[in-house]
Amino acid sequence: MSEAQTIDQRANVRDWASDDAQRRVRRRYGADRRLQLYGIIAIVLAIGLLGILLASLVVTGLPAFLQTKVNLEIYVDPTKVKPDDLAKGNFRGLVRDALSSFVPAEATDKQKTEVAKILTSDAPYIVRDYVVGHPDTIGKTITLPIALSDPFDQLNKGVIPKEVDALSWSQVRYFERLRNRGVVVEESGRTSLKLDIYIDPAKVEAGPPPTGDFAALARDSLQAYLPDVHDTALFAMLADDAPDAIANRVAADPAIIGKTVQIVFPVSPPFQELAEGKTPKVPNPRFTPVQLAAFDAMAAKGLVHTPFNWELFFNADSRFPERAGLAGAITGTFLMLLVSFALSFPIGIAAAVYLEEFAPKNRFTDLIEVNINNLAAVPSVVFGLLGLAVFIGFFGLPRSVPLVGGMVMSLITLPTIIIATRAALKAVPPSIREAALGVGASKHQVMMHHVLPLAMPGILTGTIIGMAHALGETAPLLLIGMNAFIPSIESMGILEPATTLPTQIYSWADSPERGFVSRTSAAILVLLGFLVIMNMLAVVLRHRFERKW
Amino acid sequence: MEAKVEARPVIRVQAPMPERDEGVLPEEEHEIKMTARDVNVYYGEKQALFGVNLDILDRSVTALIGPSGCGKSTFLRCLDRMNDVIEGCRVTGKITLDGESIYAPQVDPVQLRARVGMVFQKPNPFPKSIFENVAYGPRIHGMIKTKADAEEIVVNSLTKAGLFEEVKDRLNESGTGLSGGQQQRLCIARAISVDPEVILMDEPCSALDPIATARIEALMEELKENYCIVIVTHSMQQAARVSQRTAFFHLGKLVEVDDTAKIFTNPTDIRTQDYVTGRFG
Repeated sequence: MSEAQTIDQRANVRDWASDDAQRRVRRRYGADRRLQLYGIIAIVLAIGLLGILLASLVVTGLPAFLQTKVNLEIYVDPTKVKPDDLAKGNFRGLVRDALSSFVPAEATDKQKTEVAKILTSDAPYIVRDYVVGHPDTIGKTITLPIALSDPFDQLNKGVIPKEVDALSWSQVRYFERLRNRGVVVEESGRTSLKLDIYIDPAKVEAGPPPTGDFAALARDSLQAYLPDVHDTALFAMLADDAPDAIANRVAADPAIIGKTVQIVFPVSPPFQELAEGKTPKVPNPRFTPVQLAAFDAMAAKGLVHTPFNWELFFNADSRFPERAGLAGAITGTFLMLLVSFALSFPIGIAAAVYLEEFAPKNRFTDLIEVNINNLAAVPSVVFGLLGLAVFIGFFGLPRSVPLVGGMVMSLITLPTIIIATRAALKAVPPSIREAALGVGASKHQVMMHHVLPLAMPGILTGTIIGMAHALGETAPLLLIGMNAFIPSIESMGILEPATTLPTQIYSWADSPERGFVSRTSAAILVLLGFLVIMNMLAVVLRHRFERKW
Repeated sequence: MEAKVEARPVIRVQAPMPERDEGVLPEEEHEIKMTARDVNVYYGEKQALFGVNLDILDRSVTALIGPSGCGKSTFLRCLDRMNDVIEGCRVTGKITLDGESIYAPQVDPVQLRARVGMVFQKPNPFPKSIFENVAYGPRIHGMIKTKADAEEIVVNSLTKAGLFEEVKDRLNESGTGLSGGQQQRLCIARAISVDPEVILMDEPCSALDPIATARIEALMEELKENYCIVIVTHSMQQAARVSQRTAFFHLGKLVEVDDTAKIFTNPTDIRTQDYVTGRFG
């Protein structure tokens, strides 16, 4: 009896202060903290990566939101532009004339054409559109802001440098190798190469004066010092007067023909600079001196400015990056999402309501349910192929049109909408259904008057998320050809070829012009902006209409 | 380790004494409103009710009592065919309302539910305005032609449910903003708005505090003058207070049905006696 009591007491009064118990407590706290730490690390990592992505997009994309323009004074010459036939006016001539003040008087036609290339190739059309809109300006001087062509836009933004390194990295290395072999010397104030050279009798006539391909001899001897280099850039090392060194030696002593002698060749000016420890620069070969002079003249007059690039939003696509915009892509995306919404919203709700409320629970409906969930996991490119084969191939719908794009997108968004709708319907408490049934509402009245309105915020949230998903889809659109080149938004419709934001990004990313690099990033930012807006709308809807039961 | 045993503070409580309503009600004549004959209910393979025979009297309160899971709610839901919407539920036997079978093929369950209203355990007003809560039923049954009709019905129903005075200034506010007791009375107003003949109440007070419960019970007392009321309750005191007849269910069978006074004072069946005296359940 007393023993049992002791055991009882021991069981009841556990020693929470023992070392063992303390250790257990410490271990438990440690485990809690570790778990939190893992979560924090994961979140920091995710946010960090997202930040890097956004930062790189913003840094690359920001220049595209500005566009370099020049305020060009244009005299609308009545002899070139006739008021009665504006469309046939010589607007190119007007632009040329306007640029003439920046071109030296003695410039050739070729140089004038080069200067005209400072402006976008669309410049005559910009002038034409303005004059057509303002016919009273004929005979007057107008000032129009005209976009610069891409290279000059990039030059003004500092993306492309005005000067580039004169020597390539390999040229610098060849020079270093020669210097290490001790053949680089200072000779009468010029850096020179002291090279052994075989004066080949087959190539040189003694003269006088001596003739022959001395340049080839010089090249051969230089090549002999670096036999592993097969690069003509090597010969840029020799100054233009280097071959003369051979000619002078042969003239002085014709007996050296057929012998090997040591000759000192001066190096070309960039290598001279390199030897002096500088980094030799040359003007960027993209631009001609006349172009650079004209551009500098414009800048000096204060005509060059970089306003906000509204064209990025209001222009359609163009081959010229300075004129390319997203209006076509945004319109195409909008039309496609419209079709997709019009199809998938009613179909999705109808399917979900039937499956959730009316369908008998049997093997067949189970199969449908499983397959709807499976559809949500099918890669979107497969839907694109389906659209290509069925909508375009079988039904003969036109290619590249928002109608087909929207139909494919509804296939992609339908599972999302059906699943979200069913979840929203399930979340409506059964007491509401019972209440409605109890006052004698029929099944469809219960559905339409009570359950569906209450589930609507959830349904809309799911739909918007599905639409946001469709907004970013690219692969299926490429398959059905919705990456058309759309230079004007005027003729766009659901049965006209179109492009969308993601496919526009895809084609811009493929373009070689420098201007498209920043425009691609800018387009991605715009796309992300739309996605954020849509997702925020979903969040707002959820919060605003969320009900407490 | 030395066990420290200290004197702990204690509170003494008195064991509750069951209250009994010993009053004998004067005998009245009631028409038979609904009858159940040999009713069996199956949920899939499982049988929930076994051959229930019961007459429900008009203008009186019939209480269904019994331990949890005994089938009293199931039986109640048979009376307005709410079981129809439950997957796999099957009802056999015959239930009549005014002598006509409610499970006959020509009977529309939706119309039936307008004649047999229901109030649920948990107050479940629609998340709409108080006005709309009451006006909804009459509207879908075509009882409202004009705005004045709607107002008349809403005011009448809320008055009958004893709620009008409390909510007359905020008819356009949400019904879910009311207190639990008010919500339940709103549900009763909603049920009587379509002018039913029978009102079924499935434990209407189990989610309410005693004051709200007392108000609902008083309301039942008034309503039974005009309606046939069937109430499922877990509280035997409540059954004794509000009902004229009591049916005791046990394990899916109707054990005994009789005048409430008799059930609680002198039941025939030993199981009833055990239950009402608190020996099981």
